[in-house]
Amino acid sequence: MLNISPEEITETLLMVQQQHLDIRTVTLGISIGECAADSAEEMSLRLYERVTRAAERLVPVCEAIEREYGIPIRNKRISVTPVASVAGRCACDDLTPVALAMDRAASAVGIDFIGGYSALVQKGVGRADDALIRSIPAALATTERVCSSVNVASTRAGINMDAIARMAHIIKETAALTAEADSIGCAKLVVFANMVEDNPFMAGAVHGAGEADVVVNVGISGPGVVRAVIAAMPDDADLTAVAEAIKATSFKITRAGELVAREAARRLGVAMGIVDLSLAPTPAEGDSVAEILEAMGVERCGAPGTTTALALLNDAVKKGGAMGTSSIGGLSGAFIPVSEDAGMVRAVECGALNLEKLEAMTAVCSVGLDMIALPGDTPAETLAGIISDACAIGVINSKTTAARLIPVAGKKAGDHVSWGGLLGAAPVMDVSAWSSAKLINRGGRMPAPLGSLRN
Amino acid sequence: MKTRAVLSVLGEDRVGIVAGVSAVLAENGVNIEDIRQTILAGIFSMTMLVTVDEGTHPFETVQARLAEVAERLGMQITLQREDVFRFMHRV
Repeated sequence: MLNISPEEITETLLMVQQQHLDIRTVTLGISIGECAADSAEEMSLRLYERVTRAAERLVPVCEAIEREYGIPIRNKRISVTPVASVAGRCACDDLTPVALAMDRAASAVGIDFIGGYSALVQKGVGRADDALIRSIPAALATTERVCSSVNVASTRAGINMDAIARMAHIIKETAALTAEADSIGCAKLVVFANMVEDNPFMAGAVHGAGEADVVVNVGISGPGVVRAVIAAMPDDADLTAVAEAIKATSFKITRAGELVAREAARRLGVAMGIVDLSLAPTPAEGDSVAEILEAMGVERCGAPGTTTALALLNDAVKKGGAMGTSSIGGLSGAFIPVSEDAGMVRAVECGALNLEKLEAMTAVCSVGLDMIALPGDTPAETLAGIISDACAIGVINSKTTAARLIPVAGKKAGDHVSWGGLLGAAPVMDVSAWSSAKLINRGGRMPAPLGSLRN
Repeated sequence: MKTRAVLSVLGEDRVGIVAGVSAVLAENGVNIEDIRQTILAGIFSMTMLVTVDEGTHPFETVQARLAEVAERLGMQITLQREDVFRFMHRV
């Protein structure tokens, strides 16, 4: 007996064929603790072996699931233990060889990105952290698939302002080293507050210390599906009804993610980790978070009311998703990357959306200042100021925030840059001309905030 | 291993759709358990619940044979494991 109605079957088919429903990523988290060695070269050999062996079947297994279930799996990726936390034994100042080994391993198993060239320095910078951070520009300039992230703040530790100032210079240096490709290196570098240990999304994916040896984490997608549902509602449907519709849709999308996560874990013979309930846009027309907010009723993303619409969207997605999986994890909050979302790009181009509004939106979703092209001559102190503002929102509100800023070498506000593929294209945004230098140059650490008196 | 799957056929109505599709299913050891079929404004829509015997006929092979008949008939044919619908549409 067919206990699923033909209408439900058609709905699923339409979601995939017309509304871009897909699983955004199946990310295999791999512990590389066993790769610790006395030299970067030895560590690289062990890492290559470890990653290629553990992920050998990742791509064919995902391709089979995709085919059999009819749900596209857009990306297959790998995250590893933050390299700096494994590199303590290395008597070296340069960890670039490890990044090169990660790149080769990613290429060998047929994936597009590998994350974990990372360090956690929210409270202090260790010797290995220092070596890793110093080598980030060279690592990102000489590899294609390696993603790097640095955690500079947490609610329990406060904000390491020295680390932020340093990361601003690292971002500038990375931009300069990849100048001929519109500073693409910076698109693979995220600075975090309250980094999570099980994020499947790039560029910030790492395999945390509290994880099993190898786990499967899945990131769902589906902005196009949510937009289609809202667009089909009458213009006078109230926001309670809108929230209800988003919840119902989110449940279905999340179930697809849960099914793929379970099946991938079973077939790979590893633990199932989490399902990340983030609506992640792509540059494809119709696969946009900005367009959801516009369907909800702001004329252009960035208009007054945008933060409200985003807050409602984000919350409803989680409520629906929470019924769909008992393994919620990762970032689980809508992504608003500018260059990867056609609606966001349009909003910036017509002047509706600026950096300050994006910062406000960060307060109610995850990774707010994401894939933002800035003028190449933006001072490092200004970059540091922007990053520290994002961190302050995260630290005070006990949530993850991050900044992925791209000061594009040789470009000025209003110019256009294109990185191609999933990274998309974006106009270079205006940045405040007022200086943050005195604040940033003070350095030190912003103490951890109080957990009560929360206004 | 018997796998339950949903077969969806969509396209312009014409002679021989059910015959063409069910012949391929029979040749590949696929058992039809339920069929629902309608025609709306000339668009033929058929949903079947089937069982694929993966021991003798791998899922991938059945999908490939169906892709051939889809091309021949000019229809859109999708074969998906049944649990995807159960997961997405039932609490």
